[in-house]
Amino acid sequence: MTVVVSLAVALLLLALAVWTVIARDAFPAVAGFIAYGLLLSLVWVRLDGIDVALTEAAIGGGLTGALLLGAVGRLRGTEAAAESERCGVGLRSFAMLLALAVTAVLMLCVLALPEPAPTVAPQVVQNLGATGVGNPITGVLLAFRALDTLLEAIVLVIALIGVWSLAPEGAWGGRPGLRHFSDPDGVLAYLARLLPPIGIIVGIYLFWAGADHPGGKFQSATILAAMWMLVIMAGLADSPRTDHRGLRGGVVAGPLAFIAVGLLGLASAGAFLGYPPQWAKPMIVAIELALMPTLVLVLALLMNGTPARDGDR
Amino acid sequence: MSFVFDLLSIAAIAAGGLFYLAGTVGLLRFPDAYTRLHALTKADNLGLALIVLGLLFQADSLLAGLKLVLIWLLVMLSGAAVSQLVARAERRRESL
Repeated sequence: MTVVVSLAVALLLLALAVWTVIARDAFPAVAGFIAYGLLLSLVWVRLDGIDVALTEAAIGGGLTGALLLGAVGRLRGTEAAAESERCGVGLRSFAMLLALAVTAVLMLCVLALPEPAPTVAPQVVQNLGATGVGNPITGVLLAFRALDTLLEAIVLVIALIGVWSLAPEGAWGGRPGLRHFSDPDGVLAYLARLLPPIGIIVGIYLFWAGADHPGGKFQSATILAAMWMLVIMAGLADSPRTDHRGLRGGVVAGPLAFIAVGLLGLASAGAFLGYPPQWAKPMIVAIELALMPTLVLVLALLMNGTPARDGDR
Repeated sequence: MSFVFDLLSIAAIAAGGLFYLAGTVGLLRFPDAYTRLHALTKADNLGLALIVLGLLFQADSLLAGLKLVLIWLLVMLSGAAVSQLVARAERRRESL
């Protein structure tokens, strides 16, 4: 029975992927991509990868989907012009050959993987006790491969600077996008008042549970950022000025604290991001606490987009 | 007793599945956005309610049962709000 369900989900996933690629308009393609992300998180649940499933649902389907929807809105004006200028047969067949070649190489790589796949999972489980956390995913992200997580956080900050850099002349440091208005007694304002208290509790719970159970700062930060976005989109609050000192401080605080903990490790344990024995858990908690506000701010500000108006100055 | 609970679960989940089937057929067959939303929200509200009811008979603890009810309430809240927003966007598009 479960095999039938798994097969059905796998076929549906493949069909959705093909449909997303061949959809001619941007909006249906993005809609297909979001559905694909949600279905993919179901697949991860079936594979017992609850952490990955949560991340896929929150970031792959949710946040990326919302970012792409924003992009579709911006591209709407140019889509007709792009449709009308179709390139020649030669160029199109060259593009098709290139895409097919990449696919073939990827397939060959997957087929060439050694069986069973090389894994360090047993070593992670063996040494997890030293970190003091119970969830092996958190152990890998913040102890064994903490450098990757640090670079990830820095990449997010750089991405935000990139988005801000697209600001038109004179809008640098202003508020992103248009001011949203909605009927104060309408359904969106109602939802934006009712949902955030629940969402904030769920977000903080996911963050807290991440030490020993599936969950963690990324999923939690996505939910908290989504709650903030809901309030902004309902017009209950304006998006923040991007030259606000506290805001910019919050954006860089997480990576800076991470680097500080890393240097502390260099002094006390002899390696960058090394934790002295007995101090692993408190240091991991300190990094998580410092990264959390940064992630919420960066994800929400990425969603808000490029500074576009001078604000209330 | 557990046999009775199993029977109740099967009956409720099957009825919920029927609502989802009807909602999906409506979504595919109905002529415009409003009637499609009408079909969709019936599946979301009643279909999910019946499935949650069926699962409640199988919940091992009060907390697990409360979580199921909370999921149903949250889906109902977002479903109702989003269908209103979609309907409003459709009306605005029509009036253009």
